[in-house]
Formats: sequence, structure tokens, C-alpha cells
Amino acid sequence: MEILFNHILSIMIFLPLAGAITLLGFQRDNNGGVKLTASFFAFLNLLFGLYLFFGYSGKGAIFQFIEKYQWIKSLGIQYYLGVDAVSMYLIVATTLITAICIVASWKIEKYVREYFLCILFVESGVIGSLAALDLVLFYIFWEVMLIPMYFLIGIWGDYKRIYSTLKFYIYTMAGSVIMLVAIFTLYWLNGKGNFEILEFYKLHIPMGKQIWLFLAFFIAFAIKVPLIPFHTWQPDTYVNAPTAGTVLLAAVLSKMGVYGFYRFAMPLFPDAAIKFTPLIATLTLIAVVYISLIAIVQKDMKRLIAYSSIGHLAVIILGLYLLTVQGVHGAIFQMLNHTIVTGALFLLLGILFERSSSRLIKDYSGIAKQMPIFATFFMIAMLASVGLPGTNGFIGEFLLFIGIFKANPWFGVIACSGTILGAIYMLWMYQRSFFGPLEKEENKKLPDMNVREFGYLIPLILLIFIMGIFPQYFIQKFDSTSKNFINTMKTKNTISMVIDK
Amino acid sequence: MVDFMSLAEPKLVVILPEIILSIFGMLVLIAGVFGEGKEYKTSYNGYISIVGVIFAFFALFLIYGKNVSGFNHMVVLDGYAWFFKLVTLIIVALTIFSSMNYTVKKKIDLGEYYALILFAAVGMMLMGSSTNLIMIFISLEMMSVAIYCLAAFNKNDEKSVEGAIKYFILGAFSAGFLLLGIAFIYGATGVFDLKEVARFIKIYPEYLHNPMLLGGIALILTGFLFKVSTVPFHMWTPDVYEGAPSPISGFMATGVKAAAFSAFLRILLTSFNQFANEYSAIIAFFAVITMFGGNLLALVQQNVKRMLAYSSIAHAGYILVGIVAATNLSSSAILFYLLGYGFMNVGAFSVLAASNARTLDDIKGMGLKNPFLGVAMCVFMFSMAGVPPAVGFLGKFYLFSAAINAKLYGLTILAVINSAISAYYYLRVLVYMYFKGEAKETATYNMATVFGISLAMAGVLYFGILPQSIIEFLQNSIMHLL
Repeated sequence: MEILFNHILSIMIFLPLAGAITLLGFQRDNNGGVKLTASFFAFLNLLFGLYLFFGYSGKGAIFQFIEKYQWIKSLGIQYYLGVDAVSMYLIVATTLITAICIVASWKIEKYVREYFLCILFVESGVIGSLAALDLVLFYIFWEVMLIPMYFLIGIWGDYKRIYSTLKFYIYTMAGSVIMLVAIFTLYWLNGKGNFEILEFYKLHIPMGKQIWLFLAFFIAFAIKVPLIPFHTWQPDTYVNAPTAGTVLLAAVLSKMGVYGFYRFAMPLFPDAAIKFTPLIATLTLIAVVYISLIAIVQKDMKRLIAYSSIGHLAVIILGLYLLTVQGVHGAIFQMLNHTIVTGALFLLLGILFERSSSRLIKDYSGIAKQMPIFATFFMIAMLASVGLPGTNGFIGEFLLFIGIFKANPWFGVIACSGTILGAIYMLWMYQRSFFGPLEKEENKKLPDMNVREFGYLIPLILLIFIMGIFPQYFIQKFDSTSKNFINTMKTKNTISMVIDK
Repeated sequence: MVDFMSLAEPKLVVILPEIILSIFGMLVLIAGVFGEGKEYKTSYNGYISIVGVIFAFFALFLIYGKNVSGFNHMVVLDGYAWFFKLVTLIIVALTIFSSMNYTVKKKIDLGEYYALILFAAVGMMLMGSSTNLIMIFISLEMMSVAIYCLAAFNKNDEKSVEGAIKYFILGAFSAGFLLLGIAFIYGATGVFDLKEVARFIKIYPEYLHNPMLLGGIALILTGFLFKVSTVPFHMWTPDVYEGAPSPISGFMATGVKAAAFSAFLRILLTSFNQFANEYSAIIAFFAVITMFGGNLLALVQQNVKRMLAYSSIAHAGYILVGIVAATNLSSSAILFYLLGYGFMNVGAFSVLAASNARTLDDIKGMGLKNPFLGVAMCVFMFSMAGVPPAVGFLGKFYLFSAAINAKLYGLTILAVINSAISAYYYLRVLVYMYFKGEAKETATYNMATVFGISLAMAGVLYFGILPQSIIEFLQNSIMHLL
């Protein structure tokens, strides 16, 4: 057992992969076996995730569960894992979302084995890149998770799936190869023959170089999030991906971009990050307002939620870059909220689209009468997304706005207006699709959620309330991590200002 | 151990694997006579050649770690030569495995086919070991002549013959350039030996600006740039790869390229190290146009074999980036890249050979119908696109890291941009294999193909995940060139 728990991160990375390989052993038509095996592995990993969550001490060292081995010595690549509170939370959220995705995809009929294989594969890649403390190891997992996503969208997606998946892949790949050049540059600048992130943190890079390196990292992560103006792949991809694919993209992969800012782009190049903050703040504020306006006029429900996701992530990034304690706290908290809430919203939409082929708002007037439980769940998730007190969304946005106001009141005003717009498009959509007269004949036959659907949504709905009512329990775990992050940024920046003088 | 291994002169140990392959090549020729006119059911010639390759592998491991120079320093056995012998043997083995299915299906299972492959392999292996300009030329021709014939082996197919004739004429032309370059260098320095040339330049530094010597280098560059098919000397490549039997296309794309680079790199490293600044600028130019030319033209191909031909041009461009860097690190990176490239490219052509596919439409829906070929093609395509954990990623990683070390920021950025462009057409193969409807028929192939493709996949993943020992070996070999 000792060995098991000393290598908890490795196990969590490779367990889904082992599951994926196990699936290959099944006959093609043995769908029941495939589904059960996939859920077994996903839930086992969720258990390990819970162990990680309770095992991580908010008062101990910043990085815990460390594993470090030489891998490719000549190239300086190490197998170096460890998590701080942020990556720990994201890993736990990933295991939860993956398990839910697998149960949610029960009805899939086309190439069942390959489908679950892809989902488990994504989980491996995501956990690996969250746990990696070696830049190359991170990059490897970062690239690896693209492969199953590519197939998920391409094979099981909607009618524009091939276009979307290629756009998604090429966009992301283009961003990350530029980052690779920056990684090499860092490596040779450091000159210590390794890619340890914690070593790179200590490096003092001249401003001229920092700007270029920061931009290379920034673009890679901004594409992943996505941030305006790199967001054009996102709506197409979210809309055309199958439900589980959209949930993974929105709830998990988009966090990878924010995590990238948090772990790499900012602390590696603090001076450049601070120098670029006004520009990034402008981009995020444009995103908040402009994307919300676009979301208001959407006719397609999935597209609307996709746009709302961009807007929410933009506020998170703004909070992160302004470097106030509340802002960073809020950003981290809101990252978790976004995972839960956006995940829940896309899952709910998936339930609806399974029953009826249309994604348009106007096709669904009055379904609250027909599907009351569904409507209730949707309302809870929607209100959490809007930030109603009592839900987790409120805590996150509240912290974020305090942080943003503290740094710059004008930013705060604009960011708040985004929330108001958010309330408008969400409530308006809800009103148009759920209330009103039940007109369409086919909508009168829609069945409400069944036990399975109820079962996989209830954890998310409960989490919305638990995190909304007892936020302190969740915040105290990442308190020291986020303060440490701000300290690193500020002290390094002060030191380089002294050096420059 | 038999003592002939250490025979004083001529030191046969230096070319032991080559000797074995030649013997087996002749055996295949003889066996082919007896097989003439029989039903094409199993590929006896293929089996004989595989046995030969296995023996050659044994020989190769017997001579591991030896540093010997033989035949009046015409041919040497050092880590560098050993490595290229290994690469060649791997490529030959994979090619033969894939041919054993293909030749039977296409009814071209003649002894000559396998004999020519083995003879070409001998030439390739000698190219990596030659330390004498004349010897390099002879081994180059030994390889090329065999390849010209192989390219035309689908003799009833117009495209095959057309490609082969193009290749032959242009190849002969470029060989002329190479030979003239060698003559110029001989005229300037009076020696053929690579080390002697370097020594001569060291003693007489005024020759650094000697037009005859510089002209000689330029001509040699031209000759080799043709052989590794860089833009603008690439015109023959797509036609030849398209027309030639699929296994042979893979053989040419990897074996010929690796051999040409082996001789090219050795010449540059041993003899013309001091001209690095001069030739770097020229090669940087070729690298850029080769990468962009190869990748952009590959984007629009409907024929997978042509697409792979352009992609092989692009890969030559990446390797040229390593040559521009001209450091020990980048040289070992090139070697590693060639090894990985060998696995993935022969693998990809083997899949095409097994499925008898040429165009994108031919592979439609194949991935889900033939899971084995599908998974294999995924591995190879992702590897070529440079996605971890395949060897293609690590090769690029190593190469571009070395380029950054040499401060080639601009060139590296162009290279990675190209790498992102290339992802499009590699993935398009998978789009057709997985996303575009059902396949009409399942491909049939024998165990040899399964074995060969599995081997290639294993190589791609093994060297992508655990390359430490081979990289260490390569870094050592580059430091201790004989």
C-alpha cells in the first residue's frame, strides 16, 4: 500500500491508459462489457482522486506527492510529478468529470469501444499535464491529449465534425509548437541540463527575451482557453463535438489553458506578464462584453453556452493577471466552478439533444411542463453560472470582482457589466425554451430525466450548493498556494527591477 | 571466435555485414532462377533474404564497439558507420517484410527484386562507412543503380517506368555533379581521403578561399542535395515514389535518404568543418525552401504516395536545419532523426502496400474495418506530425533543441511552423481512414506484413519513449569519428 500511495500521481495518470488498453481486448459488439470496464476504471480513478483531495494538506509544502526519476538523461528530460493545490483540484475535477462523462455516454451506439477508449485516453493526458513538474513531460501530455480529442470530435461529432476537429487540432498544435521553441530557449538559457519548472522559476531572464518567451507561451495557452482573438475554433468545435467531447473540452481542457498561465506563462516570465497585463486585461474585457453580446443573439443553445464559457473564462484570466489576493483566490475558485457548472450545462443539453434532434432555442418552448426535473436542474446550473448567492458561482464571482475592483475600478465596472449581460442571455434563453406554451407535438412526448441521468447530475448539483455554502473549506486548501503564487510573481518582479536599475 | 575477424589486411571485419548481404543477394539470384515460372503463392526469395538480413544483424552485433579502419582507410568501422549499418538493416528488414506480401499479390515475386534490395543495402551501408571520396561515389552508384531498377519493377505500369526513367536520368546527371566536385577537390588538394583533405586545408589555410576547392564543395553539395531530394532538386521524387512499388517507395524515402545523409554529414564533419560558416548560409536557404515546398505541396495531394513523397522532402528540410547548426549535438540529432524517420516512413508505406492503396479514396473507412492497419497508420502519421510519445516527436525535439542551442531562432521557428502545417495533411489521412464512411473491401495481407508493421510500430514507440541508450551512443560516435 505504501508504494501505491507514494506513486498516487503516476497511478492516476496511467490507470485510465491501462483501462483504455483493456478495452482493446473486448470484442467489438460486447458493448455492455466495454461500458462497465470503462466506468470501473473511471470510478476507480475518481476514488484515487478523492484520496488525493483529502491527502493534500493546505498547511504543508506547496508541492506534494512528488515523484522524481531520470527519464532521458542526455536530453535532460525527467519524470517529475507533483501537485500544488491548484493542480490537485483540477485533477480531482478531471476524474469526476471523466467518470460522469462515461456514464453520460451510455447511449452511444457507434464504435462504443473506441469511444470510451478515447475518453479514458483524454483523462490520462490531462492528469499527466497537470501533474508534470518537468516542462517537456508537461508538453508531451499536453500534446497527447489532443489525439483522442481529435478522434472524439471527428468520429462521433455532428455534421460539421471533420472541419471542426481539424480546425481544433491545427489551431492548438500551431500554438504549442511555438511554445516548444520557447521551451528550448529556456533550457539553453538555464544551462543546467534539465527542464524542471521549479528551477526555471529562479531564473532571471533579460526583459528583451522575456517578452518573446512570454508571448510564445501566452499564445499557446490563450488558444487553449480560448481568449479573444484566438477563440474562433471554439464555438464550432464545442457545437460539433459529441456531448462527452464538449464536456471534456469545456470543463477540463479549457482549464488547461488557464492552468498554463498560472503555472508557466506568468511565474516563468513575471516581468513580461506584468508588462502585458494592460493588454491582456483589455482583451479579457473585450471578451466579456463582446462575447456576451454575441451570446445574447444566439439561436442555438449549445453555441450560446459555448460563448458564455468564453466570457466566464475571460473574467477568470483577468482576476489571475491582476495579482490581487482576492482576484487570484477567486480565479482559482471560479475555475472549479466553471468545471462543474459548464460541465453540468453541457451534460443537460446533451440529455435534451438525445431526445430531440434540434439544438435551436425556439424549438423548445414550454418543456418545463413536460420535463420538470430537467428544468429544475437546468435552472440550478444556470443560476450558478449567473452567480446567484447560495451557489458556488456567487462566491467565485464575488471574490473575482473584489480583486478586480481593488486593482482597477474601471475594469471592475466593465467586468460586472459582463455578468449582467450573462444574466440576460441565460435567463432569456431559459425563458424562451423552458416556459411559455408547449406548442410542438413532438415535444409533448419528451420523457423526463431517467435514473441514470439523475444519478450522474446529482453530484454536480450538490457540489454547486456545497461549494456555495461552505466555500471556506475549499478555499483554505489553496490559500497558501495562491499567496505563494502572488509572492513569487511580485518578488521576482521587484528583484528584476532592482537589477535593471 | 574465429580469427578471421581480426585478419590483418584486408580487415574484412569492417564490412562483415556487407559481405553477408552480398552473399545472400547472390543466393537469391540463383534461387530465383529455379523459381522461375512457378505459381506466386509464397515468397521463397523473401524468406532467403530475411535469413540474410538476420545473419547480417548477427554480424553487426559481433562487431559492435569496434573502431577499425580497413582497406587503406577507404572504409572504416566506427560508431557512426555501425549506426548507419543498423539503420539500413532495419529499413531493409521492414522493406522485405512488406514486400513479401506485395510481390506475391502483384505477381512480381522475382529473385532479382530481393537481390536488388540487398545489393542496394550493401551500397547504403558502405556509404556510411566510406572515408574516401571515390569510395563514397562508388557506394552511391552501387546503391543508385539497384534502386533505378527497383523503381521500374512494376514494369507494366506506365507510371512506374516513367518515374524510374526520370529518376535514372536526373540521378545520373546529379552523380555527374558529385563526381565533378570530387575531381575539383582532388585537383585542389591532391587527395581523396576525407581526413587528408581536412589536414591539407589546415596546413594551407590560404586554400580556404580557393575557388576550385569552393567550387568542388558546391558541386558535392548539389549532388547530395539531389539525392536527399531537397527543393529545387526534388522534381523526380513524387513521380518516382508514386510509380514505384509501395515497399520500394518506402525503401527509397528512408534508406536512400539515410545513406545520402550519412555520407554527406561525414564529408561535412570530417573534411569541411572549417567551411561551416560558408555552407551554413546556403543550406539554411535550401532548408527553408525545402520545408515550405515539401509541406505546401503535400497539402494538396490526393494520392497518398505522392503526399508521402512531398512529406519526405519536408523531412529532408528539417534535417538540413540540423546541418546548418553544424554542432556535435545537431549531428547526433540528425542521426537519431534518421533512425526514427526510417521506422515511421517504411511503416507508413508498408500500410499502403498491405492495403494496396494509392489515393485517399482507397483508404476510406479502412481504419475501423482493419483495426490493425488503422492503428498502425495512426501511430505513423502522428509520429510524422511530431506528436509525442512517438519517435517523430523526440527526433524533432532533439533536432530543434540543437538548432536553438546554435542560436538559429528564426530557422527553428520556421521549422516548427512547418511542423504544424504538416499536421494537416498527416491528419487528413486519418480523416479518410476514420471519419469518411465505410470501406468497400477489407485488405488481405499475410503474417510477414503484420510482423513488419508491428516491428515498425514497436520501433516508433520504443525509441520515442526510451531513447536514452541510443542517444548516448550517437553522441559518443559523433565525437569519435574515424
